[in-house]
Amino acid sequence: MIQLFNYIDRVSPIHRLTGASKLACMLCWVLAAMVTFDTRYLIALTVFALALFRVSRIKVSEVKVILIFSLVFLFMNNLLIYLFSPEHGVSLYGSRTVLLTFTNRYSITAQQLLYHANVVLKYTATIPVVILFVSTTQPSEFAASLNKIGVSYKISYSVSLALRYIPDVVDEYHSISLAQQARGVELSGKENLIKRLKGATAILMPLILSSMDRIEVVSNAMELRCFGKNPKRTWYRERKFTPLDYGTIVLGFALIAISLGLQAVNGGRYWNPFL
Amino acid sequence: MKEPIIKFEDFGFQYDAQAEPTLKNINLEIFPGEKILIAGPSGCGKSTLTHCMNGLIPFAYPGESTGKLTIQNKEAKKLSIFEISKMVGTVLQDLDGQFIGLTVAEDIAFALENACMGQDDMKKEVRKVAEKVGIGGHLEHAPDALSGGQKQRVSMAGVMVNEVDILLFDEPLANLDPATGKKAIEIIDQIQAESGATVIIIEHRLEDVLWRDVDRIVLMKDGRIVTDAPPDELLSTDVLPENGIREPLYLTALKYAGVTVKPESKPQSIHSLTLSEADEYLVREWFHARKTAEAKEERKVLLKADKIDFTYENGFHALKNINIEIQEGELLAIVGTNGAGKSTFSKVVCGFEKQQVGSLAFHDEDMKNYSIKERADRIGYVMQNPNQMISKPQIFDEVAFGLRQRKVPENIVKAKVEEVLKICGLYPFRKWPVSALSFGQKKRVTIASILVLDPQMIILDEPTAGQDYRHYTEIMEVLQDLHERGITVVMITHDMHLMLEYAQRAVVFSGGKVIADDTSANILTNPQIIEQANLKETSLYDLALLCGIEDANLFVQHFIDYEKEEKRG
Repeated sequence: MIQLFNYIDRVSPIHRLTGASKLACMLCWVLAAMVTFDTRYLIALTVFALALFRVSRIKVSEVKVILIFSLVFLFMNNLLIYLFSPEHGVSLYGSRTVLLTFTNRYSITAQQLLYHANVVLKYTATIPVVILFVSTTQPSEFAASLNKIGVSYKISYSVSLALRYIPDVVDEYHSISLAQQARGVELSGKENLIKRLKGATAILMPLILSSMDRIEVVSNAMELRCFGKNPKRTWYRERKFTPLDYGTIVLGFALIAISLGLQAVNGGRYWNPFL
Repeated sequence: MKEPIIKFEDFGFQYDAQAEPTLKNINLEIFPGEKILIAGPSGCGKSTLTHCMNGLIPFAYPGESTGKLTIQNKEAKKLSIFEISKMVGTVLQDLDGQFIGLTVAEDIAFALENACMGQDDMKKEVRKVAEKVGIGGHLEHAPDALSGGQKQRVSMAGVMVNEVDILLFDEPLANLDPATGKKAIEIIDQIQAESGATVIIIEHRLEDVLWRDVDRIVLMKDGRIVTDAPPDELLSTDVLPENGIREPLYLTALKYAGVTVKPESKPQSIHSLTLSEADEYLVREWFHARKTAEAKEERKVLLKADKIDFTYENGFHALKNINIEIQEGELLAIVGTNGAGKSTFSKVVCGFEKQQVGSLAFHDEDMKNYSIKERADRIGYVMQNPNQMISKPQIFDEVAFGLRQRKVPENIVKAKVEEVLKICGLYPFRKWPVSALSFGQKKRVTIASILVLDPQMIILDEPTAGQDYRHYTEIMEVLQDLHERGITVVMITHDMHLMLEYAQRAVVFSGGKVIADDTSANILTNPQIIEQANLKETSLYDLALLCGIEDANLFVQHFIDYEKEEKRG
């Protein structure tokens, strides 16, 4: 079965952290990596992220699906950048070192390569931490932690419910699709794309309708138990902060500080080795 | 006289989207500590009445109400849904759908979290309520991992943390197997005895609710209350069958035998029922006057499952050495608990899953290399929830879908679709949109959409789940008709009435194995199989014993045969 986002139960220091501190740190981490184009820093973040991944004892095979998903995205992103602005790196770094020439427009320059390396590193520095956060935080704590950093609890709860229902919906998709295939809907590669898309709608319609039923039931159940009565609510699963949690948050801010510090040193977002 | 805890006075209600009021002239008083059963066919207004009592009307379903409804002396109109939920706790029909928390503890705590209770108090409170309903040992389990009876306990705990005085059960038996349903009724009874709460049960499966005593039965039809009487009184009349509710089977049998049931004989349950010598004599006479069954004709084997063994990817060993022969033109029931392997078996037959060991032969031909589509040309599969199958807005298009996918010429499509719509009793609705149909009608649309492909065999997953007696009969008449046309019908079901009334043979699954393959009458009178497969013995069995008839299975068979004659008659 396909599982995109799910909690993976292990014993590790990262699992012991509260959801809120992990969330705060993850957001800082992502922000730090977004801001900087300092290749050295991005490499350091990547190494650090992979090390944390190791500490969490989560296996790569367990998060295979989301990894493949991000790799595809990463590849598309790079391809599009190169297709639309093959000289972007040149204009950024203000010099041009040609390594290979295909046509007038498309050649490979060291500057462009460095730029692409930065983009790739941004992914590798952030994706492991995002996956880490999602797979080491229980969905119920996830809602509590969103709420703790200031998101309204109603929104927090709907987000965590939505994440929780993904596996159910995938199961349902699977059984609907089998029943529709039995009626003659062709989804395999034998048919052309348009036929297959048409086939997919024959599955999506019932899927949406039955998901709506599910939403109605759960929202009634929630209202009948006073969800939304008060502007605030407490959380059964909420945990107290430990020193490690404070440390995690400090780490997050430190990462941003380094990122900003490097900007001052480099005189901008880009670290330019071509000077 | 005590003050009523809930009081309807000339109450009426009309949904905003509807032209007619759904509830009319409701006058009903419910007293503290009472246990009330509200029964009635689908569309009689019992769900609307429930929603009025728990505040979902008008909070989630807006509309206009007339007259007066008071709950604990407060006028409901002036209360918010939150205030009402402090007084009335509702256990919804969909046991799995109503779980919000990821673990039992969180689910019970949900209402407390919303009330901003501190964590320490909350933990204490959760433990207390969990102990009260007997689920204290499972606090850290996921609700999905619990048995049906335990789920019922959790959902009760979830509303009882609010210290409600009124517990409202909306069709608590709809999704449970017979044995779990029986257990659920016992749990409700026990919790009421301990807490002294007022209990209101909305359900059309009357015989199952009456497994434990209730004080009154309120019968509804067309938005009105038809009768409001103690069960012994109500069951001595004919109002139930007249209003589309099935009466307990033992009462039907007594009527067939010519026995007049009076309130004094306590017909509320088969265990309280007392019969006079003369009545028992009448029942015995009726039984002895039976015709001996005709010898069964030998039929050709249509589908043969030989030593099927199947394990899911996650390691769950779902089918263990399954051997079943399904004969041509047979009407067969497959029964068993959730997870017993009955659904997995049908998936393997349809080719949705592939067995690791064993073979399936259709007309003596191995189906190993048949694709899903090729199997579907021979074996049709109807899912439990019609909403999971219907993908077209118009009934005609939906039924025609399979043929059009197979590129059948449009003039043939039209002729065939109209033919199956007639068989399924949907011809008058052929131009309607699907959304205008009731659940039972949608179910028939899905049967039609499979039937149009001319399968020789059709497998139905819970064909009658959640249906009242009238819709149940309509669907079953269609299936009976198909059976008479020579189509092999296989039904996967929890419903014991269905099995008794329509299936000639039943195959019982338990723990991935076939533990019985016999006539329905023999199975439902075999205590050992009943126990193992979470079934429930039929009350006809007890009636036979009560009247001193030893061949209880023959008595049950006679009842089935007699009833078939009656219906045809």
